[in-house]
Amino acid sequence: MRREVPLLFTVVFGLLMIVDFFVPHPFIADWAQRFRDWAIIIIAASFFLGVANLVKINLHKVSRREKEWPFAAALLGSLFVTLFLGLAFGIADKGGIRGVFNSIFLYMYTPMQATMFSLLAFYIASAAFRSFRVRSFEATLLAVTAVFVMIGRVPVGNAMSDALNLPDGLTFASVQAWIMDFPNLAAKRAILIGAALGAIATGLKIVLGIERNYLGEGGAGK
Amino acid sequence: MTSAKPIALVLRPARLVTFAPLVSLARLAPHGTIAALIAALTTLAPPAPPTLAQSESDIITEAPPPLELAAPYNVEAADTPNDRGQSITVRWSAPPVVEGVPPVSGYEIWRAEGSAEPADDYEGIEVGDAGAEATSFIDTRRDNSDVPPLENDAPYRYRVVALYQDGTAPSPWSEPVAAAHSMFHAGRAVALLVLAIFLAFLVAFILLAMRGRPLFIRKIAGLSAIEEAVGRATEMGKAVLYVPGSQEVTDIQTIYSMVILHAVAKTVARYGTPLIVPIGKAFVVPLAEETVRQGYLDAGHPEAFDPRNIRYLSDEQFAFTAGIDGIMMREKPAANLFLGSFFAESLILAETGFATGAIQIAGTANIHQLPFFVVACDYALIGEEFFAATAYLSREPRLLGSLKAGDWMKGAIILLFVVGAILMSTGAVPNLPDFFRVE
Repeated sequence: MRREVPLLFTVVFGLLMIVDFFVPHPFIADWAQRFRDWAIIIIAASFFLGVANLVKINLHKVSRREKEWPFAAALLGSLFVTLFLGLAFGIADKGGIRGVFNSIFLYMYTPMQATMFSLLAFYIASAAFRSFRVRSFEATLLAVTAVFVMIGRVPVGNAMSDALNLPDGLTFASVQAWIMDFPNLAAKRAILIGAALGAIATGLKIVLGIERNYLGEGGAGK
Repeated sequence: MTSAKPIALVLRPARLVTFAPLVSLARLAPHGTIAALIAALTTLAPPAPPTLAQSESDIITEAPPPLELAAPYNVEAADTPNDRGQSITVRWSAPPVVEGVPPVSGYEIWRAEGSAEPADDYEGIEVGDAGAEATSFIDTRRDNSDVPPLENDAPYRYRVVALYQDGTAPSPWSEPVAAAHSMFHAGRAVALLVLAIFLAFLVAFILLAMRGRPLFIRKIAGLSAIEEAVGRATEMGKAVLYVPGSQEVTDIQTIYSMVILHAVAKTVARYGTPLIVPIGKAFVVPLAEETVRQGYLDAGHPEAFDPRNIRYLSDEQFAFTAGIDGIMMREKPAANLFLGSFFAESLILAETGFATGAIQIAGTANIHQLPFFVVACDYALIGEEFFAATAYLSREPRLLGSLKAGDWMKGAIILLFVVGAILMSTGAVPNLPDFFRVE
């Protein structure tokens, strides 16, 4: 029963969603929408599980003074302080004065998030440096292509094209546009079609109960 | 003055000019009383006085015919196809442009109940409006609207009122039409056809595989390397980090990542290596816990499962990223597996992992993140390779058969591309793309 019941639910609800895509009859559409609403409610309720997991693990670290436990303490402190401020004073601004909760979000969380995101610029540079090292034919091809695309997308590329008096179809901008619109787009679409088919096949395998290794041994039908 | 200057003598029927405000008033009045009175008065009202000549020297030689405001024509109402009913689509042709008359500024769409044509212009209700460029309108249930919804199988008539700067011009009422629900979405027939072909491939190859026919699958380096990565972590006495993406469980990649996680958990359990699974969506926590627990159970080491290694970090994208970076920098896992749906965090994670010296295997179907994983990880599962993981790792006949069915489907699509390109290029079937369009 431990495997059959989840499998039954998966098959029934999965097939209903597939039927809903093809049959717009209100009976099917209403039930499908109802189940989608249930999913939203269940997912929203799962935040409690997430917070419980977070508190349990970090409280354990702090109580046992595990290595680098102050990080766990800082996390728990931030969690409870923000939670308290939000519950006690609300999250809305009052009388034109920004609330404490909003201030935390705007002046602490947002800059920290931006900091993390801005790291991406440096990581792109370091990853590009490694990948553009000319070690093989493929790497050389990648590096040369990247140079054309990068130069073709910045104003200096146009200036260089003018200085070299390149014909219209062979300017850096034209070459980069051709690379992006033809070889690059063709490869992207090929990967996309493969991935989409893989996703459809996986969905069908799970819905039809073919893929059930996650249910444990015996679930795979061995 | 040598020539007579004709005067634009515009006589508009007063009824058309005053139509809109009267109708508005009629809608406020008790049904059929004031509305009828206003209609009668409007009909009897004398025409507006003509515009006088600009100067006495202007001589009226011949009065041009009055310029009437043109109404929309060809008004047709039909049940909206492929829907759950309670919806009617109204189409019309824009009134012809008349020289000297300002263009239409918009349309009002009116609905009347019953199959009989309304006795006068003021029956019915306005159900919506449309812009000057519109030639169709869908009358359907709208939230926060006072307009009563349509009933299925009940007759309705429609007309379209053209709005001008100086008045309005209503079309005749359409033929009666009834809304009905559809049993099948005809606009998705081709999707059903493709699904049916795919299912046929699936069943055929699964049957072949189960009868023992060997099915060749090319070597996928990234999947072969998972065991190697776990072995390396075991030798170094460090943990394996498994990140199942940053998206919700409604994403098929997250679901499939759980399936791969089960296989990875079994492997690490056999080796006795710790497995850390940071989670970015709260709902994934119980799924990951249960999956890893099951993996350890299937490997025969349920006692080795540590629920504290399934760690919910944050639903916020970069807080989640920062949390994983912290785990990588502090606990230095020897192998990082990034398998799931990733967005901007992909390169931040992969580069941090590279800095720690871990062996890294990544896989995603998000093509915009693939380049980052390809350059920053040791192995990358590109698109469909990600979805081949369980079949490749387990070699279970049914899964191998499904993988082969996907390959054949891809072959069929490539064939379709070639045939379609030829047909389109030669102009043999110009409307071919319409056949494959899914609504």
